[in-house]
Amino acid sequence: MKDAFGLPQSLLVLGGTSEIALATARRLVTRRTRTVWLAGRPSPALDAAAEQLRGLGAEVRTVAFDALDPESHEAALGKVFTEGDIDLVLLAFGVLGDQAHDEREPLNAVRVAQTNYTGAVSAGLVSARALQAQGHGSLVVLSSVAGERARRANFIYGSSKAGLDTFAQGLGDALHGTGVHVMVVRPGFVRSRMTAGMEEAPLATTPEAVATAIELGLRRRSETVWVPGALRVVMSALRHLPRGVFRRLPV
Amino acid sequence: MSADTVPVTGWGRTAPTVARVIRPRTFQEAADAVRDCGVRGGIPRGLGRAYGDAAQNAGGDVLDMTALDRVHAIDVDGGTVLCDAGVSLHRLMEVLLPLGWFVPVTPGTRYVTVGGAIGADIHGKNHHVSGSFARHVLSFELLTADGRVRTVDRGTPLFDATAGGMGLTGVILTATVRLQPVETSLMSVDTERADDLDDLMARLTATDHRYRYSVAWIDLLARGAATGRAVLTRGDHAPLDALPDRARREPLAFRTSRLPAAPDLVPEGLLSRTTVGLFNELWYRRAPRLRRGELQRISAFFHPLDGVPHWNRIYGRAGFVQYQFVVGHGQEDALRRVVGRISAQRCPSFLAVLKRFGEADPGWLSFPVPGWTLALDVPAGLPGLGTFLDGLDEEVAKAGGRVYLAKDSRLRPELLAAMYPRLDDFRALRAELDPRGVFTSDLSRRLTL
Repeated sequence: MKDAFGLPQSLLVLGGTSEIALATARRLVTRRTRTVWLAGRPSPALDAAAEQLRGLGAEVRTVAFDALDPESHEAALGKVFTEGDIDLVLLAFGVLGDQAHDEREPLNAVRVAQTNYTGAVSAGLVSARALQAQGHGSLVVLSSVAGERARRANFIYGSSKAGLDTFAQGLGDALHGTGVHVMVVRPGFVRSRMTAGMEEAPLATTPEAVATAIELGLRRRSETVWVPGALRVVMSALRHLPRGVFRRLPV
Repeated sequence: MSADTVPVTGWGRTAPTVARVIRPRTFQEAADAVRDCGVRGGIPRGLGRAYGDAAQNAGGDVLDMTALDRVHAIDVDGGTVLCDAGVSLHRLMEVLLPLGWFVPVTPGTRYVTVGGAIGADIHGKNHHVSGSFARHVLSFELLTADGRVRTVDRGTPLFDATAGGMGLTGVILTATVRLQPVETSLMSVDTERADDLDDLMARLTATDHRYRYSVAWIDLLARGAATGRAVLTRGDHAPLDALPDRARREPLAFRTSRLPAAPDLVPEGLLSRTTVGLFNELWYRRAPRLRRGELQRISAFFHPLDGVPHWNRIYGRAGFVQYQFVVGHGQEDALRRVVGRISAQRCPSFLAVLKRFGEADPGWLSFPVPGWTLALDVPAGLPGLGTFLDGLDEEVAKAGGRVYLAKDSRLRPELLAAMYPRLDDFRALRAELDPRGVFTSDLSRRLTL
């Protein structure tokens, strides 16, 4: 069960090697979390992540999960929920793709969309149903500011996050009053493996900062969290720029 | 029998979860509801005054017992009452005071049920004299997980597991309670101020035995030399000859007053360090240095907050956390450290009270042990509060103390066994009595009770 400050005792991470997710898990384990499920494709990285969290004192188990295989989600995640209540599901998987390359290789672009959007729709709905049966729990969805307005430089990734973001908002409304809380997290540029070698955008942040923002959002039962918070204002302004002006911006 | 699937919280309004709230109107309906509980079980609930998640059950059933509210029999000579568990202490006072009897123990609110009073084994300002509520319960009827109704007498293991057992042994249907005789419905109250925590403890230690009721409001925002300054209010039921002539005409009239309810929407952060600091300053200053024999109504002496319905709304949407702990005699240093830490942390608390407990009570999970108990309220949105309270838990556990489950909404489960040494007995009895785990609450899930 979550405590009065929204801190979970059990955590399921979808995308168990995501740096943001692991930063969040580390933070929550130092608070109240004792049981962690890391769902992801079996890999040494997943095992290493589990080992790291065990070192902090949590009981960690891994479960094979592939975002690109929605048919398997029901079985894989169903098993986790039958073992006990999950207080927090962190939907953290996603790929950035390579925009220039993916524009030439539509099948690669589709993979980005299928991972970030289709896979999340399936895993999100499966998790939501299980949480609803529990009568409590939070579903935290890692979206991105890239979904807020399409940019020339990363609109394939951006459009998949836009779909995910809209899906998560709607799911949150659908679950209102069921005891399940859906929180959409929109980080800006996060310094991580995913963005290694890329030029840093203004208001860049870190996985740890995102974890802090998630903890605060849980306490406040927020529905939307921007990291850093100033992005909310910045994106609100950018969203209203005319297309002709936005196109000329060096973003 | 009505059933609604709705979000449920405790009085602190934190951590809402959704449950099917069932309101049985007869004992048979209650038995049916227990039998029909699904895999996520059920938990009885009274008037929802437990601050945390004790009467919540996510995804399962919550049995609202307040429709079972009949007073069955009053022994006017012997001073006992037999009533349904859903009867509130407010109702008992209305019925009993004109007959010259009073409830044996009342907490800071009259709006608790008899069932809840036993389940949390509540205490009041008279704990140092009278002990907890369950000490005055002669027997009760308990609807257990197998659907049977058992008559449970005091001194039996099931009685001691149920007293303070947070509703996890079954649903109390009726109870027989021993009452306190009174000549009037007024209280004779002595008020005095204490300059700091040591002065306060010295006064309580020296003269508490002279009073049936004793409590101290403590200013936790005071700093420096004034840390722990307090206002002591202690008294007893006023005898008839202490009343002025006018009041003697109706000495046993039960009078209460109610202000308008607190609004549902209050600005976030209404209770800040500034506003609460100001309130505490004024509250301390307006109290007399020493006043003896002031006559007060029962409602003013025991239940000042009941005058404002829904007062819990003033903490805003985030709700609030109540923290109450006890440390034994000889652990005064731990108490001093905790008060010092709270004062240094600047917790905006205006409902903080310190009391000296008397003898421990027999309930296995009953809270009181002889020593010092401090209760405080803090807005749940205060940054860093969770970690801060974890630190206080450590201090309390190290001193052999414990926190009160009826108020808890955030304890680290690992500390529970050290705080409640009879926890294993409780778990064993529950495993035998309720092997399927029909009686389950958010509290029991969170702390694996």
